[in-house]
Amino acid sequence: MAHRPLVVCAILAFTAGLVIASFAGFREFLPGLLEGALVTVEITLGGSVLAVICAFVAALSKMFGPWPIRGLAVVYIEIFRGTSALVQLFWLFFVLPRFGITLEPLTVAILALGLNVGAYGAEVVRGAVSAVSRGQWEATVALNMSRAQALRRIVLPQALVPMIPPWGNLFIELLKTTALVSLITISDLAFKAQEMNATTYRTVEIFSIVLVFYLAVAVLITVAMRSLERFAARGLARGPAQ
Amino acid sequence: MSIDASPANSPSNEFSGPMVRFDKVRKSYGSLVVLDNLDLEIARGEKVAIIGPSGSGKTTVLRMLMTLERIDRGVIFVDGEPLTSMNRNDELVPADAKHLRRMRGKIGMVFQHFNLFPHMSALKNCMEAPRTVLGLSKIEAEARGRELLSMVGLGDKLDHYPSQLSGGQQQRVAIARALAMRPKVMLFDEVTSALDPELVGEVLSVIRKLGADLDLTMLMVTHQMGFAKEFADRVCFFYGGRICEQGPPEKIFVAPENERTRQFLRACLEAT
Repeated sequence: MAHRPLVVCAILAFTAGLVIASFAGFREFLPGLLEGALVTVEITLGGSVLAVICAFVAALSKMFGPWPIRGLAVVYIEIFRGTSALVQLFWLFFVLPRFGITLEPLTVAILALGLNVGAYGAEVVRGAVSAVSRGQWEATVALNMSRAQALRRIVLPQALVPMIPPWGNLFIELLKTTALVSLITISDLAFKAQEMNATTYRTVEIFSIVLVFYLAVAVLITVAMRSLERFAARGLARGPAQ
Repeated sequence: MSIDASPANSPSNEFSGPMVRFDKVRKSYGSLVVLDNLDLEIARGEKVAIIGPSGSGKTTVLRMLMTLERIDRGVIFVDGEPLTSMNRNDELVPADAKHLRRMRGKIGMVFQHFNLFPHMSALKNCMEAPRTVLGLSKIEAEARGRELLSMVGLGDKLDHYPSQLSGGQQQRVAIARALAMRPKVMLFDEVTSALDPELVGEVLSVIRKLGADLDLTMLMVTHQMGFAKEFADRVCFFYGGRICEQGPPEKIFVAPENERTRQFLRACLEAT
């Protein structure tokens, strides 16, 4: 059971190898694709880090903040969940410069995707924190802990484990959404694929490799999250009486 | 501190009146009155058992003392000071966080469902609040935790997680955890109700030991009539949000005056 992701990985790698080996002349486009893949990974990593930060800040503000902060958190979550990621990307890239703020395309990409996924993540964090039993909070009151201490030492550590699988989903979602950044002049994997396709006409090979690449990174994320979950669960011995 | 919340303007350690005093305390959920103008005084070191049918407001008394429930009307005094309000310019205003935390420091509570921290070992459960709240060093907190856990008979289970302990053991850890904060008042909320019958004894004998060894004011909501009879200095029978009858256990259990008390005790007897 535990090794299934590894087996899947191996099969994928083998298939990818077969595909690559069976298509001659891949040297023409493979370096270009790898270059793009690097950019895709970069945006995925940056976006994920930003998403996690935004999600925790927004969720905790929404749950425990004074009302102006709570309001801001709600507005952020609703705007970024309720509008299209593509439009957010375009807005940051084409509209912000009209107000005198011009950002690097890569910065825009990480910012837009991080904020977008962070809004979904905020609800994941909120759900997991709310799921910690009331008895745990009451115990912290009885032990005279402040709310911040209770949150940091007691509630969040327990909320972390159940929120790992949904975060895995969000990271994979983010990875796939990175394909949109090709529309704001970034040479990511999807952009490179189109570029190589236009110059070499190796449509089948190029898009097959791109497909496998996205899948491989997604599987990698799944494996990483699964091990993270196992690691975190070890520290949290769940008692039947809780 | 510029604001002294004590009504008698005396430092709390010199206050010699009742440890806990409920003054016309009222609590309701919507139209349901849970506590109706409750007056109750508990002396220093007194052990009071609260009995009564479910829904009579017993648990609410403890939860209000622990500040887990808001008080609708009336005042609770602990150690001479109002619990959830404070004096400012001769007026009672809602207590600020600082006052609340000072007052909570006097009270410890043990819950029906233990509420141990599942991600911490027995020892860590007992060390957490002394370290974060009282600011004890790791060494001090650990020494205190070890001492209390061995007092409740779990000196050999320090590194066990709650999930690795029986219900009775978990409850004993919870008692040690509460004691680690050195409260003056201990609240026990049906602490044996969630336990298998064979585990009740070990928890009660720990409470018995606390009563004998420590200078604690104890308030317990219990269904263990035998224990209440033997352990408590006073028994309060709650019915419909009021104290229907109270007195020494010999009187309540042997010669109750109130018909409701008699009915309740008869029903309890039949159940066992």
